[in-house]
Amino acid sequence: MLFKFKKLNSSKSNQFKNSFSTSANELTIKLHNILSKVRPSVKYLIDKKIFPYIFCQKFNNENTYIIHKKNLLLSLLVLKNHINFQYKVLSSISGVDFLSTQFDKSFRFAVVYDLLTIKFKNRLRLKVFLNEISTISSSCSVYYNANWWEREVWDMYGIWFDKHPDLRRILTDYGFDGFPLRKDFPLSGYIDVSYSADKRRIISEPLELTQEFRAFTFESQW
Amino acid sequence: MNNNVPLIKNSFKTILKKTESKNQLKNFTINFGPQHPAAHGVLRLILELNGEVVVKADPHIGLLHRGTEKLIEYKTVLQALPYFDRLDYVSMMAQEHTFSLAVEKLANISVSQKVLLIRVLFLEITRILNHLLAVGCHAMDVGAMTPFLWAFEEREKLMEFYERVSGARMHAAYIRPGGLSSDFPVELLSDIKVFSLNFSDRLAEIEEMLTNNRIWKERLIDVGIVSHKQAVDWGFSGVMLRSTGIAWDLRKNLPYDYYQHLNFDVPVGSKGDCYDRYLLRIEEMAQSLRIINQVIDELDNKIYDFSSSSNFENINSKSSLKYNVMKTYMEDLIDHFRLSTGSTVLRAGETYCATEAPKGEFGVYLIGNNTEKPFRCKIKAPGFGHLQALNDMCKGHMLADVVTIIGTQDIVFGEVDR
Repeated sequence: MLFKFKKLNSSKSNQFKNSFSTSANELTIKLHNILSKVRPSVKYLIDKKIFPYIFCQKFNNENTYIIHKKNLLLSLLVLKNHINFQYKVLSSISGVDFLSTQFDKSFRFAVVYDLLTIKFKNRLRLKVFLNEISTISSSCSVYYNANWWEREVWDMYGIWFDKHPDLRRILTDYGFDGFPLRKDFPLSGYIDVSYSADKRRIISEPLELTQEFRAFTFESQW
Repeated sequence: MNNNVPLIKNSFKTILKKTESKNQLKNFTINFGPQHPAAHGVLRLILELNGEVVVKADPHIGLLHRGTEKLIEYKTVLQALPYFDRLDYVSMMAQEHTFSLAVEKLANISVSQKVLLIRVLFLEITRILNHLLAVGCHAMDVGAMTPFLWAFEEREKLMEFYERVSGARMHAAYIRPGGLSSDFPVELLSDIKVFSLNFSDRLAEIEEMLTNNRIWKERLIDVGIVSHKQAVDWGFSGVMLRSTGIAWDLRKNLPYDYYQHLNFDVPVGSKGDCYDRYLLRIEEMAQSLRIINQVIDELDNKIYDFSSSSNFENINSKSSLKYNVMKTYMEDLIDHFRLSTGSTVLRAGETYCATEAPKGEFGVYLIGNNTEKPFRCKIKAPGFGHLQALNDMCKGHMLADVVTIIGTQDIVFGEVDR
């Protein structure tokens, strides 16, 4: 039994390593392998390059387009309003921090837009890569509900959205400092909040742990 | 006496005139919550009122923020799973299921048909569980106490099913990547059948109390109207979207698991007001009951091996371990330990996996990097999207209608704050 598993696992991991490697941008496969399987209208439009993507990735039947951040609003506008796309619903916007895996220092963050078309029953993902200091234009003018999703990304990753109508922190505490979902932010945080019976109010102190946080960074637990 | 009356009137009139001319009437700002019972948890809503009419509603969320996404990045898949119970703590298994689907996609695991059926069975139980609370609490917020109590009696029965299958009433951690945590007890099927036979009567009773109730109708009809254009713009999903007349149900339109083989209808509203959404929730419970009956028949007709005392981890396609065998040989024990502590390696890749949770589209955006821990796990909660439209839905309504609208959105802060 044991032997069987080892064999299975090793063969699988090799297979994955051949097709995918860990780095973020290497996940992206070139467009041309994929085009044959895309919906005709999308294929037509992609051939025409109606919106300017850099890479296209297809994984598990999910399409991801990587675009330059200056083309973001244009691409969203096309995807939302073009008669053959109709991605009217913005499902979510999420940030990703590639601190540990980045192959190029200039692309630390990714902002990911998950779009949904009700008419064609399809999902699509747009990805924009950013470095630590660059900003990205807010998509609130295209998608009304981008507002809170962008606030969340700002709160968690510190990515600034230009021309956002109301860019406040959203999930963290009032007066919180730092961006918690960044990979260099420790899991325990910096501040310990507790109720002080003496002062009869909530106090926040610098965090003191009796033991260092142990991050077991083995490749595999086995 | 007679002299006094006109004097007062005059003075009041002059005050009114003064304020009108100098425009001194200021809007009133109040804090709604965070400890208001109708705020469904810890919503701090800053309301700007003109008299009793809401001018602006600014929801402050995050008071229940626990950093779930950060925690998941430091946990293996199996350790991360129970966090999903604790997001939306009234529809627990629906979220476990979404996460399991996402992991199964990335780790290339397929599950057997029996597992799919049991999952669907419990997903629909979860839907009833959620809608009972949604309708019951909504009714209580608006002023009807009885349906709430009746709904909770039924919820108790459903939680008993949860308990019998997983050992926990709420935070079940039952649906796991690659299968289920344990086998399904044989007797449970007939008990669920008994429940489903009785439940339609309970549903009718709750409806009898509310549907034609004059007060209930006055409070709900024409409150919080959403047009289909607005619903799409605001990124609504689930009942909120369907109440506007768009027949969009992920179980039908982008089917997953076993749903394409089942018969059920997707109820759709016409007006998009709170009353429509109430009716939809009731009807969805009836449809869930239909699905449950079909699944029970399916499980009954095809002979699945209920008698073996095997642990359900053997459904995991990578493993064929029997629980009883595991206890006999040392090597098998090691193997089993290895499997259960961390063998699900997430491929380098990413997936956005969305399912029709009772509250709407619950999505998990999962990135793997060939390790056992997710590199990134973004949780798309339906409530988060709905709550941000609260300002637009409340505008122009009375203060009391804010409670109705929060109730109809079916907000739970575990998932909004994450």
